[in-house]
Amino acid sequence: MALDAFAPWEDPTAKPLIQFQNVTKRFGDFTAIDTLNIDIFEREFFALLGPSGCGKTTMMRMLAGFETPTEGSILLAGQDIAPVPPNKRAVNMMFQSYALFPHLSIWENIAFGLRRDRLPKDQIAARVEEMLRLTRLEKFASRKPHQISGGQRQRVALARSLAKAPKLLLLDEPLGALDKKLRQETQFELMDIQEKTGTTFVIVTHDQEEAMTVASRVAVMDHGQIIQVATPDVIYEAPNSTYVADFIGEVNLITGKADPKGDALHMHWAEAQPAIVGAPLEGAQAGQELHYAIRPEKVSISAEKPTDAANAVQGKVLDIAYLGNISTYHVELAGGQIIKAQAANSRRISRRAFTWEDDVWLSWTATAGVFLER
Amino acid sequence: MRQMSWFNVTSLTLGFAFLYLPMLILMIFSFNESKLVTVWAGFSTKWYVELINNRAFLDAAWVTLKVAFISSTLATVLGTMAAIVMVRAGRFRGRTLFSGMIYAPMVMPEVITGLSLLLLFISLGMDRGVFTIVLAHTTFSMCYVSVVVSSRLVSFDQSLEEAALDLGSTPFEAFRLVTLPIIAPSVVSGWLLAFTLSLDDLVIASFTSGPSATTLPMKIWSSVRLGVSPEINALSTIMILVVAVGVVTASLINKRNVLRQRREEAAAAKLA
Repeated sequence: MALDAFAPWEDPTAKPLIQFQNVTKRFGDFTAIDTLNIDIFEREFFALLGPSGCGKTTMMRMLAGFETPTEGSILLAGQDIAPVPPNKRAVNMMFQSYALFPHLSIWENIAFGLRRDRLPKDQIAARVEEMLRLTRLEKFASRKPHQISGGQRQRVALARSLAKAPKLLLLDEPLGALDKKLRQETQFELMDIQEKTGTTFVIVTHDQEEAMTVASRVAVMDHGQIIQVATPDVIYEAPNSTYVADFIGEVNLITGKADPKGDALHMHWAEAQPAIVGAPLEGAQAGQELHYAIRPEKVSISAEKPTDAANAVQGKVLDIAYLGNISTYHVELAGGQIIKAQAANSRRISRRAFTWEDDVWLSWTATAGVFLER
Repeated sequence: MRQMSWFNVTSLTLGFAFLYLPMLILMIFSFNESKLVTVWAGFSTKWYVELINNRAFLDAAWVTLKVAFISSTLATVLGTMAAIVMVRAGRFRGRTLFSGMIYAPMVMPEVITGLSLLLLFISLGMDRGVFTIVLAHTTFSMCYVSVVVSSRLVSFDQSLEEAALDLGSTPFEAFRLVTLPIIAPSVVSGWLLAFTLSLDDLVIASFTSGPSATTLPMKIWSSVRLGVSPEINALSTIMILVVAVGVVTASLINKRNVLRQRREEAAAAKLA
């Protein structure tokens, strides 16, 4: 089996490591998690993505044992873990604040969990050395947490939570405190360590780029519910709702009325504009309200009307966002609708083909966008 | 250094004189040859020698130390527990009432605290002595400990304790191995505060002691009523010295910690 074919969620015989079964968590009148069902498999790098307050941290704290579900049950390897206290769970957590013990050295921080298991001294030492090597911290073993940099602290936190070789590692916004460059490096380091150790990782983040980079599957959450669970490419290319489409990356959203025609679906959205043509949406009735989502990089921009495009509309360049490698053109159509189109800056900026107020044609293929019911 | 104006020099001198002149006079007269406290008759250490041979004073000093040590230790345990409950328990019915009741003894007039404890001990038929003074001092000094410790606990990052639990500690181990070492400085200063409060308490001890137990402040007070003797001056001088050495040591330790931390942080900043 090739490495990239890791997809236990498609295998009906695979046994999930974690199962949320109709889990609801209420704090007083506030429902943090609403009848949630999800399966997470062994060796997965699973990302919980959502805005703050969507319940992702509550889910993680329930897995760690700091909160108990109000209703429903959480199974770990088939066992209901509700009655198991946090110190008896084969689950470790890397805290958002790192929560390193300030009075202990890096070595002692990593050894903390192993000592609680009453392991023999030489085994503890060997395991700590292994963790120090894995996270490249050998030189800092005798330092205290406040004597090392932020990135090093983050690695200590990771080493400490991995030392006990947990079945499941929880990462709560692990890279939030790092600057962008260090964050990107660390993301790859995390993936590398996850692959080396074979541990199941569940990461909580509000950073969609981070989730897309590291995760094997992403769960997009909102108001205590999971809106969509899928691989990063499916989440991006085939979102199941405007919420997911809008949350991940940039998107153009157009609302209109469905008009199924043979093996294609047309959508009428403005009096003066041609219908949008796209791949059919199952169960779409004629006249039903639909949304059309298309990513800016899938929209081409040209001076002349393209002859062979399934969709082509004319407009005026309203604004240009120059990002160096690419530019985003905000094009206003006749009805007032604004469509964003992205083009790679393959030529120098002084030789750019379009500028403000230019009349341009936008075009895209029939499979470039998706129709959404909600 | 900048030259101070004559006004500042004068106010500084007057202020310090107001604070320390009485003590200074007391210390000087403890070395007075004469039995008359107000007449200087030459240097002598005879009152110190006499003090060492005075059984009653030594007994009282021993009782005081015993009471201070036991009551401050008990107050530290109870006060720390109360602080943890108040900071951690979150909202529950009657929380405000409960926290108010912890702090009330701080503003209660000592006479009332002493009297009410005396009435309690009488109604329980307890023999008054060292034990009842210890109980009384524990009750009034534990609220001070809980104030000191809870001010530290408020800024304590609770995810540290969760991390300890997560790594397999029992809740008690998490407290002993993580929380306690981190809040230890405030627990120690709570203990010191309770110790000094107990050391110099006169009112509550007078109410709750019996014929078998006399603390040093009580002994001094009763002897002074018969007239100030140079012996008392000598005793007071020793107490002043003990307290001064304690305070200076504590502040030196504190200063060294601060300096070390600053050095380490500077070293870490250079690394980052």
